[in-house]
Amino acid sequence: MKRAIFGWDKGILVFLVLTTIVGSFVTPYFANASNFSFVIQDIGEFMLMAIPMTFLIIAGEIDLSIGSTICLSSAALGYSYRQGIPFWLCLVIALVVGLLCGLINGILVTYFGLQSLAVTIGTLALYRGLCFVLLGNQPVNQMPLSYTDLGSNSIPHTFLPYVTILIFIFGAMGWIALHYSRLGRWTFAVGINVEAAKFSGIPVMRLKLALFAMTGLMAGVAGIVYTFRFASASPDGATGYELSVIASVLFGGVSIAGGVGTMWGVLAAVLELGVIRSVLQLINVSANTLLVVSGGLLLLSVAVPRAIEISRSRRKLVSIEKKG
Amino acid sequence: MQKKLVRVAIAIVAVAGLVGTAATANAGATGIKGGLKIAIMPKAVNIGYFTAWNKGATKACKEIGARCTYLGPTTATGAAQVQFINQVIQQHYNVLVISAADQNAIVPALNKARAAGITIVTSDADVDPSAAASRVTAILPASSTRIGTAEVDWIAAATGEKGSIAVLSAAATAANQNAWIAAMGPYLTQKYPNMSWVGGTVDKSVFYGNDDATTSTQQFDAILAQYPKVAGIISPTTVGVLAAAQEKKAKSATVAITGLGLPSQMAPYITDGTVLKVGLWNPIDLGYVAVYAAAEAASGTFKGTTGSSFYAGNTKATKKTYTVTAGGITYLGDPFTFDKSNIATFAAIY
Repeated sequence: MKRAIFGWDKGILVFLVLTTIVGSFVTPYFANASNFSFVIQDIGEFMLMAIPMTFLIIAGEIDLSIGSTICLSSAALGYSYRQGIPFWLCLVIALVVGLLCGLINGILVTYFGLQSLAVTIGTLALYRGLCFVLLGNQPVNQMPLSYTDLGSNSIPHTFLPYVTILIFIFGAMGWIALHYSRLGRWTFAVGINVEAAKFSGIPVMRLKLALFAMTGLMAGVAGIVYTFRFASASPDGATGYELSVIASVLFGGVSIAGGVGTMWGVLAAVLELGVIRSVLQLINVSANTLLVVSGGLLLLSVAVPRAIEISRSRRKLVSIEKKG
Repeated sequence: MQKKLVRVAIAIVAVAGLVGTAATANAGATGIKGGLKIAIMPKAVNIGYFTAWNKGATKACKEIGARCTYLGPTTATGAAQVQFINQVIQQHYNVLVISAADQNAIVPALNKARAAGITIVTSDADVDPSAAASRVTAILPASSTRIGTAEVDWIAAATGEKGSIAVLSAAATAANQNAWIAAMGPYLTQKYPNMSWVGGTVDKSVFYGNDDATTSTQQFDAILAQYPKVAGIISPTTVGVLAAAQEKKAKSATVAITGLGLPSQMAPYITDGTVLKVGLWNPIDLGYVAVYAAAEAASGTFKGTTGSSFYAGNTKATKKTYTVTAGGITYLGDPFTFDKSNIATFAAIY
């Protein structure tokens, strides 16, 4: 089973290169520094959130509240700023709020033993409601330009937006953690068979709590990125982000059943969805059709590996019968 | 000899007169660069109000010889609009006419568009006043106060000037709706002492339908559930007032409804008495005037400073001049009221 998904990961990278090349030919507006900069900015928060979500889904859990957590971190940032707190401290507050949201999810799932799907649907609504409580319907704007410009501008002498730095740092950390550390091995073990993991001494509850906390903290980071990108904190920010992030993670070859996936597949998938969107928009495909395309790609990402797996096991059966 | 001279003089005067009028007639259509590439961006593409808005914009585009494209997101959020503003930049448009889905979130993207040389005019919904520099001017229907107070008058007429009122709005962050709602509060208290807000103050009586038909219907039901004795609901958004009218008819409710309604959508509900009256300005005009303002700004003949003016219309009969007021805002005029007497006429137009 692992081999089939591994093939899909390589496939995503190939797909990414192909779409970029094809995109440069079908429209003159795609292959230039300014557009690449937009694409990266567009997917910045999704990249950051796909990293912890990969861990969670491989471990057999899920978090639907990340959009609301991003919004709440952003709202906390804005609310603190409005109260006159120095801006750098508001950023710290945003991170702390994100961490707390993740911890609450984690505690409800581990110590209270509730299903993560149900818990995070509830906290999705709860955290979103808190956004409105904090800000009312008054978004916070006019934040210090020296900070918010980081959300729009590129690193000097390059076309890369500042969020690329965060993507590299957290992407690298996530990749190393997932594939080369004990945390990663435990995550896979728990995803494949949680009972076996428990009996082999893996601290399952602490691990899951840590993963949810990590997700919350990254949502805080994404919340700061979001606030800078739109130079404002608004109570309806990041609506629906959780579904896009989960779709990207699944499209990257992570199995929803848990226990399977790679970090580079996910990162490539997020980038790929951004590139496809950019190319389709620039050849004037309508917004409605774009939705259909992303849905179709997601179905493919689930159906194709499964189809390969079935055909492989059939061929094995046939060859066994022949030998027998 | 003299007769000949006189005839020549008359001929010269006549020709000069013809050339003169021809020149002025051309000046009416010129002053605008030909072949401008204009992007028309609504809050969201699937809303009837904006289809009408685009009708006006397209008409203006044809008159000035520009190439126009209607594009925008499927959900009326700032984040979604930003992706399309990026598309406008990438595809090298000259002009962007936009109804801001979020008065703050799109500002960095608009500034980027401006830096890329794109002329920007907001129409129907403006950006935050602090970001006024990001666009040349804002074309708005009438002052927020007049729109808000007019809606209070309509609901008062429908409820017999008594009872408690709720508001079914669009998105919580929609600047135009919020400005109109802010004007409703003090006006109701001052002019209709026998009326009140369901939540005590107007701020506590607003429900948000997010310009989405399903959400608006759910919020309408929520109002009736939370305040069963509500006398009237004001919905200052075409999506909301339509959803409210449909749900009122479906549930056979007795609450009065009014708000900003598109005549073609509200006609059946006004004709059968579900709704007494609604009002709206003509979104076709908003789109039409905005394209002219933007095209003239892109051609360098209109600066957008307070007191400066521009024209819209390419024949002597249709040409009107508009002047920019404080904050870079250009107002079109007062809203119309639609009731049984005139709904059929207007439903055919938009």
